[in-house]
Amino acid sequence: MELKAAGTAGTLESSDVMVTLEPTNDGKIDLTLESSVINQYGRQIKATVLESLERLGVKSAKVIVNDHGALDCTIKARVECAFYRGCQCDMDGKFDWGGVIR
Amino acid sequence: MSLPRPKPEKFRLRRTMMFMNAQKPGLIKDAYIYGADSIMLDLEDAVAENQKDSARFSLYHALKTIDYGDTEVIVRINGLDTPHWKEDIRVCVAGGCDGIRIAKTESAQDVITVDQAVTEAEKEFGVEVGRTLLMAALESPKGVLNAYEICKASPRLFGVALSGGDYRKCMQVKVIPGGIEMLFARGLMLNAARAAGIQCFDTVFTNLNDDEGFRAEVKQNVEMGFDGKSLINPKQIPIVHEMLAPSQKEIAEAEKIVRAYREHASEGVGVFTLDNGKMIDIAFVPGAERVIKLAKASGIYEGDL
Repeated sequence: MELKAAGTAGTLESSDVMVTLEPTNDGKIDLTLESSVINQYGRQIKATVLESLERLGVKSAKVIVNDHGALDCTIKARVECAFYRGCQCDMDGKFDWGGVIR
Repeated sequence: MSLPRPKPEKFRLRRTMMFMNAQKPGLIKDAYIYGADSIMLDLEDAVAENQKDSARFSLYHALKTIDYGDTEVIVRINGLDTPHWKEDIRVCVAGGCDGIRIAKTESAQDVITVDQAVTEAEKEFGVEVGRTLLMAALESPKGVLNAYEICKASPRLFGVALSGGDYRKCMQVKVIPGGIEMLFARGLMLNAARAAGIQCFDTVFTNLNDDEGFRAEVKQNVEMGFDGKSLINPKQIPIVHEMLAPSQKEIAEAEKIVRAYREHASEGVGVFTLDNGKMIDIAFVPGAERVIKLAKASGIYEGDL
């Protein structure tokens, strides 16, 4: 499973986060984070995003995160959704709940 | 990550079942604070077609992370006429929700189809088979006419609910104060649910500015014998709880029945009369116990039963 195109998920509403993943081929995760709570939680948000990407097997991507105070569970949900949208394949019946999605 | 939720209780108290968009993090993160008996995280009508995928991820992590305490967590899945329902069931079961609300149920076969998919998902994700409960929403004249068959279709099914929006559309009627347009559907559904021994829930009341109308509808729900109601706004919760709460007189009577029954039963007597001359047998006991349970949930019971 790999990113074929840019995938975006989430909104700019309060308690939500908008995540965009774009495929690259330099083997790096280039993470840009904007957050209304960057001073308090910036490091934790980045860690959560990177952990999710690692589980999903994303090794090379441009990642744009625009956070408005999302909980960790929301951050994970948006990263995963952005990834599967970017993969552009039919995953119905095959999503790995509790495996790479957790 | 929170602990898995305890095994759901099939016939728990469900006075208030509040809908919440599973896609909105701001809503679902503190859904339990409002005090509804059940919340219904919605993957169906509240979620736009192009966000169906996204809502499942939100739902999964909410189920796995947020401690909903004693609030029952039901998920409304997309209809069987959509491409979404199978994956909806997988995520519900994997996330460990208490129950699934089947939208637009038209026949017993719809319930059986969902039941089978739930069993498959329980096996796939290592969840105890039979753990996940079901409820069926009747939203069409056909669904209402098939109510009894639907109510009997699965041992997982704890109740049946009416969904007024779609039903009224099919019947070409609008909302009428007093509910004459829904009388047949409500009556038939209640009768079917009671015949099958499951619970029965009324439809939502959508005009949030009409407090009087809402109270009138809840009063009628209570009089008709509904167990509870689907809600769309937290401000409706305390009103339903208050109106479903038994009176002190009802509580006292129920206590008397339960106590007297236990006393007489231990002496081997099945039928007896109370001090007010009312004849009591075992048929009265479940009703009396329900009154005590309601009184406890309403926070107005001070006895020791």
